[in-house]
Amino acid sequence: MSIDAYPHVSDWLTPNDSHLLIHTGKVDIGQRISTALVRIVQEELALPASQLDVAPVRTGCAPDEGITSGSNSIEQSGSAVAAAAATLRRHLLKAVVDQHGGTLSDWTLEDGYIHRPGTNIRINLISLARDLPPDLPVDPDLARHMPDTPPAPDMRGMADMVTGRFTFLHDIDLPGMWHARRVSPPHARASLQDIDQTVLDRITGDGLHVVRDGSFLAVTGPREWAVVKAATRLGLACTWDTGGGLPEADVFAHLAPENAQRFPVINGTPQKAPVPEPLDAPDLSGRFERPYQMHGALAPSAALAEWTGERLFVKSHSQGIYPLREAIADSLGLAPEQVEISHIPGSGCYGHNAADDAAYEAALLAMAHPNTPILLKWSREDEHAWEPYAPAMAVQVDVKLANGRIAALSAESYGDTHRGRPRPGPNRAGPAKLLANRFRAEAMAPYISPPNMGNHAGMHRNLDPVYDIPKTRLVKNLVQSLPHRTSAMRCLGAVANIFALESMMDEAARTASADPFAFRRAHLSDQRAIAVLDALEKRLSALPPLTDGMGRGIAYAQYKNAMTRVGLAIDLIVTEKAEVELRRVTLVADAGRVIDPDGLVAQLEGGIMQAASWALYEQLAWDRNGITSCDWDSYPVIRFDNVPDFDIMLLNQPDQRSVGAGEASPGPTVAAIANAIFDATGLRLRRIPFTPDAITQAALDL
Amino acid sequence: MNRSLTINGIRHDITSDPDTPLVYVLRDELKLKGTKLGCGLEQCGACAVMVDGKVILSCVSPVDMFDGKDITTIEGIAATEIGQRVQQAFIDETAAQCGYCTSGLVVAATALLAENPAPDSDATKAALTPHLCRCGSHPRVLNAIKRAIET
Repeated sequence: MSIDAYPHVSDWLTPNDSHLLIHTGKVDIGQRISTALVRIVQEELALPASQLDVAPVRTGCAPDEGITSGSNSIEQSGSAVAAAAATLRRHLLKAVVDQHGGTLSDWTLEDGYIHRPGTNIRINLISLARDLPPDLPVDPDLARHMPDTPPAPDMRGMADMVTGRFTFLHDIDLPGMWHARRVSPPHARASLQDIDQTVLDRITGDGLHVVRDGSFLAVTGPREWAVVKAATRLGLACTWDTGGGLPEADVFAHLAPENAQRFPVINGTPQKAPVPEPLDAPDLSGRFERPYQMHGALAPSAALAEWTGERLFVKSHSQGIYPLREAIADSLGLAPEQVEISHIPGSGCYGHNAADDAAYEAALLAMAHPNTPILLKWSREDEHAWEPYAPAMAVQVDVKLANGRIAALSAESYGDTHRGRPRPGPNRAGPAKLLANRFRAEAMAPYISPPNMGNHAGMHRNLDPVYDIPKTRLVKNLVQSLPHRTSAMRCLGAVANIFALESMMDEAARTASADPFAFRRAHLSDQRAIAVLDALEKRLSALPPLTDGMGRGIAYAQYKNAMTRVGLAIDLIVTEKAEVELRRVTLVADAGRVIDPDGLVAQLEGGIMQAASWALYEQLAWDRNGITSCDWDSYPVIRFDNVPDFDIMLLNQPDQRSVGAGEASPGPTVAAIANAIFDATGLRLRRIPFTPDAITQAALDL
Repeated sequence: MNRSLTINGIRHDITSDPDTPLVYVLRDELKLKGTKLGCGLEQCGACAVMVDGKVILSCVSPVDMFDGKDITTIEGIAATEIGQRVQQAFIDETAAQCGYCTSGLVVAATALLAENPAPDSDATKAALTPHLCRCGSHPRVLNAIKRAIET
């Protein structure tokens, strides 16, 4: 896909004086895509890492690869860069043969040179690359070189991170730059009525500026702390129309067929067709629920913008700089070419957080201050209360058993959209999804996304069980007009769906008096899935037996039924205070050909930790007066005191394509924790998070 | 009123208002951007610095409180052998993803090992519990500290 739009080697690789520059539209968000791309080119061209660099990801010069999401970076940018490097390798060798004779196979690439063994001819690779024509077409079918023992570059930026020299967007400091903080309404339905003039006067008297556009309000000034204090004072001086407050109704009660647009899902794709009848008299039934949860980036969102009167320059940690450029240009009545967006790293985002909203707001502030760079930082409370959340979901699973097997399975997912990114679309979808456009004087209504009918997209990602089941009935139920703005968070619907399906596999295996491994294998014909489960079972059999009070749960899933396969086991105990203490994670993964094994393991580990946090701690709370999960005390997340031991094994498949793994482990982690709690206590928990209160309540309900 | 702070062994004259939390003085006035701002509520640990050898979260307490104290930020952590060892161990274990929590964790780990050269796993976890990592680098951070203890 990426090569179709950017067909030349020079779209992906360009030599300069000393380096080969790699061009990508995918941005680093802690998932190490730039390290993986360097490694791909290193493998192909035998260049030292010191001669490779990754070009800044900026609109106008980077390839437009849409959004960095869905664990697609390796498959999209990675395969494009690999094919470009293979093409370049071929042309370099041809050029050497033309100049110095021999055949292609007489020459080898080695440490930045092209060398003919047995001679002393060594030609500098980058110099030669500079002499090649710029319009060489990428040959996507060229066999890649792929040495047996590829080099292992260090993670880019790591050495600067431990010394504090790594520059995040938040750290940029330009001459004449001003800081900015927003003054948030109490909640999404409120609008600004009035501001106490004496407070306004005092703030402007202190040399600060107040920018107001409808209910969008912010303070700017040269010193950050003065701006922070003024924003607090200004917030207290505002009178808001609260519009009746936030709805307090039980969202889970609202996730029901009568409120939904319903679509049967066939082979992972929703259909515009009648929904089949439910299973008659199922043997097992369960409804599994996930509350609203947040991305909760460690660094609140930020952006830096400058308006010259003709052009707008924005630095953002957005995952999609081209769609964001369109949305901002459209919102401000500018041509897209007038807006340049550069990606600068923020903290890990795990999906669509407030990065794009902050970028647009910084742009609004920059337009009010021509020729002054404005660094807007959201506060911690802004980020908690205003980021687009992962939607609350419910998944109803019904199972019929026959002869110790699952004969039929029905799974219905319910929830709001996962599509909140400001992509261009009908009815000015891009601008309508930028938060500030709901609050400006010319306010836009919240955007209602149409149902996502893509394969394993959105809510129905991994709703289709990966197992061989004679009869399945799968339904997507899109429920809209719920209280909170929602968007894409790591794994989308796969977390709730795999939690539901793998909890039910566990329950079905127990009902059938079957071993959980044997039961899953009996429903699998995919040999690579079976190999993952076999390896996991073997790994576990080498461990000492579980001690009293410990529970073990397993789960298996293949992300989108097409990407990385993960089998994992969680060992834990439930304490007398009903707290879950994680003890050990054992994971086996098959991600095809492994490019950066350490990076791959890091992604799997990170997915486990984040999912453990979702499973045990995280849930959004609110009342009519606003979001009450407004900091890390009121929205607790996992900390170092509950980190288990890790054992991660990769089944490398050198002959298979590389598939993304950043979202492969979370779903199985949540399910394995639920299954382990059942193993330890006999309590089947069906709503995350599994807090001490929830576990105690489940025990009382027995 | 002018005041001065000793940061990484160097005295700096400070002009920020006395109620300014230390992290804003470090970042905004002294341009020491290695100390990160994460919450402003002493809940996440991104802003950790060492003050007289103890880990302090710098995002709430006003700069006035640090008069006459010896402050070490991430930029000065390599001044001690322990600090260098911790930094190298983080690199060797690739103990970061996005890296936003890394400054605070390196400071906390250095302070921990300076006080107790061989903390057990529980003591290490307890020392790091004030620090959030949202990317899930926890196992690598624990491995890095183990490596730093053993080298």
